[in-house]
Amino acid sequence: MTTRPKALLLLAHGTNRDQDAAEALTLAGADPEILPLNLLRADRRRFDDYQMLVLPGGFSYADALGAGKLLAIDLQTYFADQIQAFVASGRPVIGICNGFQALVKAGILPGEGEPATLTFNARGRFECRWVALRPLSRTCIWTRGLEDILECPVAHGEGNFQAPESVLAALRARDQIALAYVLPDGSPAGGAYPANPNGSALDIAGVCNPAGNVLGLMPHPENHIHPWQHPRWTRRAGGRSGLTLFENGVRYAAQL
Amino acid sequence: MPVYRFIVRFRRADDPRSVGLLADARALGFSDLARIECQDLFFIEGQLSPEECQQLALSLLIDPLTQAAEWRELSAPPADPPPDALVVEVALRPGVTDPVADEVVRAAHQLGLSGVRRAATGFRYLFFFSPSVSIRESDTKSVPVRDSVTESVVKSVANPVIHRWALGEIEPSFPVEAESSSIRESDTKSVPVRDSVTESVVKSVVNPVIHRWALGEIEPSFPVEAESSGEVETLRLRGLTDEALLALSAERRAALDLAEMQAIRAYCEREGRDLTDVEFETIAQTWSEHCVHKTFKALIEVEDAAGGPPFTVNGLFNTYIRAATEKIAAPWVLSAFVDNAGVIDLDGENEVSFKVETHNHPSAIEPFGGANTGVGGVIRDVLGVSHKPVANTDVLCFGRQDASFDELPAGVLHPRRIFSGVVAGVQDYGNKMGIPTVNGAILFDPGYAANPLVFCGTVGMAPRGRRVRGPRPGDRVVVLGGGTGRDGLRGATFSSMTMDAQTGEVSGASVQIGNPIVEKGLVDVLLPARDRGLYTAITDCGAGGLSSAVGEMASEIGCEVELTRVRLKYPGLAPWEIWLSEAQERMALAVPPEHLPALRELCALHNVDLMDIGEFTGSGRLVVRYQGRVVLDLDNEFLHKGIPQRRLKAVVSRQPPVVSRQSSADDTDNYSLITDYFLALLAHPNIASKAEVIRIYDHEVQGGTAVKPLTGAQMDAPSDACVLRPPGARGRAGIALANGINPEYGKRDPYRMALAVVDEAVRNLVAVGADPARIALLDNFCWGDPLRPETLGALVEAARGCHDAALLFGAPFISGKDSLNNEYLGADGQRHAIPPTLLISSIGVLADVTQAVTMDLKAAGGLLYLVGDFAPTFGGSHFNLIAPAVRALPSAAGEPVPSLPAVTPRVYAALHRAVAAGRVRAAHDLSEGGLAVAAAEMCIGGCLGLDLDLPPGGPLRLLFGETTGCLLVEVAPEQAAAFEAGFDGLPLRKLGRVAGTPALTVSAGGRALFSLPVPALVEAWNTPLH
Repeated sequence: MTTRPKALLLLAHGTNRDQDAAEALTLAGADPEILPLNLLRADRRRFDDYQMLVLPGGFSYADALGAGKLLAIDLQTYFADQIQAFVASGRPVIGICNGFQALVKAGILPGEGEPATLTFNARGRFECRWVALRPLSRTCIWTRGLEDILECPVAHGEGNFQAPESVLAALRARDQIALAYVLPDGSPAGGAYPANPNGSALDIAGVCNPAGNVLGLMPHPENHIHPWQHPRWTRRAGGRSGLTLFENGVRYAAQL
Repeated sequence: MPVYRFIVRFRRADDPRSVGLLADARALGFSDLARIECQDLFFIEGQLSPEECQQLALSLLIDPLTQAAEWRELSAPPADPPPDALVVEVALRPGVTDPVADEVVRAAHQLGLSGVRRAATGFRYLFFFSPSVSIRESDTKSVPVRDSVTESVVKSVANPVIHRWALGEIEPSFPVEAESSSIRESDTKSVPVRDSVTESVVKSVVNPVIHRWALGEIEPSFPVEAESSGEVETLRLRGLTDEALLALSAERRAALDLAEMQAIRAYCEREGRDLTDVEFETIAQTWSEHCVHKTFKALIEVEDAAGGPPFTVNGLFNTYIRAATEKIAAPWVLSAFVDNAGVIDLDGENEVSFKVETHNHPSAIEPFGGANTGVGGVIRDVLGVSHKPVANTDVLCFGRQDASFDELPAGVLHPRRIFSGVVAGVQDYGNKMGIPTVNGAILFDPGYAANPLVFCGTVGMAPRGRRVRGPRPGDRVVVLGGGTGRDGLRGATFSSMTMDAQTGEVSGASVQIGNPIVEKGLVDVLLPARDRGLYTAITDCGAGGLSSAVGEMASEIGCEVELTRVRLKYPGLAPWEIWLSEAQERMALAVPPEHLPALRELCALHNVDLMDIGEFTGSGRLVVRYQGRVVLDLDNEFLHKGIPQRRLKAVVSRQPPVVSRQSSADDTDNYSLITDYFLALLAHPNIASKAEVIRIYDHEVQGGTAVKPLTGAQMDAPSDACVLRPPGARGRAGIALANGINPEYGKRDPYRMALAVVDEAVRNLVAVGADPARIALLDNFCWGDPLRPETLGALVEAARGCHDAALLFGAPFISGKDSLNNEYLGADGQRHAIPPTLLISSIGVLADVTQAVTMDLKAAGGLLYLVGDFAPTFGGSHFNLIAPAVRALPSAAGEPVPSLPAVTPRVYAALHRAVAAGRVRAAHDLSEGGLAVAAAEMCIGGCLGLDLDLPPGGPLRLLFGETTGCLLVEVAPEQAAAFEAGFDGLPLRKLGRVAGTPALTVSAGGRALFSLPVPALVEAWNTPLH
């Protein structure tokens, strides 16, 4: 029998989907703990007590100077060694929405020192809508083995993943494109709105690091963990739960 | 100390922000713009090496992949601007919250750039015109602007409100001919612009209420260290004549009438002294319409113009609103009217609260900030009952989006700018707080052009039994949250006055910009503080600021406060300004001294400021000191109960409405027009899809949204109500939220309007499966000047309608608010009042959210029923609004608006039983646009067609007339018998079937009338709002 892995959820100034992520992790079999950054700053050893690290969604520092930017500076200045050690140890890390933005702007994703960014949505506005996602990466421990399409909402204004052509090619070659926006029938979105809600290159919804233990994604699988959260449950639509992603990560953490 | 100026620009010229601005400017009617480039400005004061400047730019200010930066020391000569662009730079006025600047300093230090001292931000706009503008030398309106002009403009930013209008005034001193002769060829900064061009482009990006602007480069303005001025004035009241009393009220914008001023004079005479300005301002705020609702408490003598006997109403609130709640006496109502928000039981273990506020006047003069702080304020109301905010609602009323500038009163922002600013303000606050915005409405009427209405609602939830009882003597007076500035001074009295063209200038200080992340910190602190029992009383700092919050908390026992302990944003605040400031994101608490350290620790964890400003006493007096010196010492009894009851006169007209069920509309035999009417109705902005707004609100955060605002196969059809299962609710228990509002009815019959909107608010909840026996209501009246007897008469009738409808449905009011004086005095002396507007917000309970029903058609072959007493009328209908454009039907306009049939509650109860038994596939209410629009929306939701056969009667009336109390219901054929049996003795008729083909096909008595493909319905309904 495996024990429930402990997950550390970082609460920055303005994080707001922490409890959503905590519920998903609990259902997936982990023991989440939400810790304010200030508490972690006072006691740095805490990172070692956890098997998973989660950067939940929200508006850290109100998105001042670009979404995730100031949280990224926190990660780089206060916790660089701890996070680097956590990532290097192979333990699962996930950054959702604002957490993804912070991981990218801190250079933790896509990794290898390669430039990438999450910039303003192509349509220039925040948008909340449900999307379909195809898990692609077999390197990523969060998406490995997931065959079904996932459905869950996006809710962001700066989720447009962009990188130089060479970096995009390298991401593809290294199997780092973890999740892609697709049409509801599973065929590629081909950049077309609204299936690709923000104009991301290659329909990228999520990327992992080369080792595959760190995943960042813009959509919110933590908001599709109950059948009644699906937008068409009254039409008997369902399945495609976001919970599978968390179960994958928790299972991986439990066997480490 | 050197200042560095950084410009951050996107590498791509078509960055989304610039593209959006261009679209907005063009929509405002400025078609000569070819391109706008929007850049960010940062002014950094400090000792920085060139390397440090570069590090600052690359590590902090830009996204290196998409943006580039350039910088120079401010004193160095500026670079040449693009010769073909008009450059306008804009910065926030001093005192307006600039959270980004604070973050720049903090993060720079974090990066080791300790030389950074202060920061300020701004925007730089480059306007490029179509060739026809810049090359038209012969254009007589073209005014070449030279360096010196630009400089003088920049220099005058010290008074930006005047400056905005100064451009027109300086034109005569630079006559076209004289000026052009003095232009040197080499003057590269000269930009040909037209007055009107400059003014309109500036208007498209700047609001002088909060912004400073300049042509060309703007000078930075930094926040400065804070200390207050200590100045206290004594106001002589004893012995003043009545005229002098009124003059004093006007001079201090106190909005107090003669009787109220006389009561204050009498108090002074009793106490044997005059008042300090702190005391006078405190009384003015506490006694403002906004805070004390004196119109709703007034003794009203009502005259019936139709010849009925006169009568008196001793308080609209007690007579109609509270009376309804007391008569219904629902055991599940846990708190009505006494707390910051109404509270009902959810599931036996948890309770939910609901509050709806308006923020109309502030949104009129600064739409983003007004709506932003409106949302922030109502969230704090829910924190004031120690609840976690779980949902937001917003109902917005704007002027026509296609209004020309000429038809707007002077000094009024264009309704488009109000629309986009308000929506952005709602979005910003709700999304950043992590509260889903799940229900609302948007209405358009010319009457809202000068007075937009912004209703912000918040729902909260908490385990039962956690609300606090009240302060005890010895408890500390504690303020949590942001610093105090001059923002929001006299907001309570401001919102109680008629606005005019000078309002923006005089009352600019009444508008605040919110900082949702600070408020998010308050939530993070308050919920654990509640669970640990760290405080004994809590209330939000809203209108009236500390004076109102602390004054109310201490109203039973008394307190002493020291104002120098209040943290200030900047210097120079007089004591009365500190005490009255409505600076945002602050909560006042009573904290037992032994709990103060624990609370401080919590606050430190979440970056929340804690200010211990005084102590609750048992003295029965409110005492405020400044540096130990008493500046306010008022008797609580006088402050809170000393206001004289207003005596007002109202005129109503209770003529029995002329019932004419026959009009030329019924005789129409030109059925080819029917589809034209139909598509025009679907495209009417009040009816058309609001998806463009709904989708910029996060309606999924917290994971509780079971029925979303947009629903159906393509997730693009309008839900009647949203259904939420807030995190922490027992099992799958949940709530439903809806609203009813109808100014078209209000213009014609305020009594029936109230019946209809209560009905609509209830009906929407029943449609999604809420239990009609567990519905609570909130009333928000937005009205004109109640001193006008006809206006007050309409208010009396609407309040009476609220009472009667609430009793009919057994649905109690738990909270409410009124916003009066929604009027604008134009420069021409003409008054612009809003139509009588009553918003009823409703909250219902579902035992299991998975029993909810959505409005989209589910499957071909399903039977479609019309339930309810169907008596369509054209009075106040949207058909009347679109018909003249299609083909006028004049005689239909005089009909009465729908009445509310007494059978309606039994219809809803029967429908609810059918829903609970799983017999209902889809349900949708008939509202604006009538049966046809409801059927079309169900088709859009299901991507399915309908075959309908109309009952006898005029087809136009049946299709487009409006009713109350009716819904369309889809039922599976095998459930039809049981469904019909459930409506035994109740009005129900079978109208048709869900079609196998995607078309809405309508016949009457078997004769085909029309058929419209569903994609045509979708296209009409998706007509953009602006």
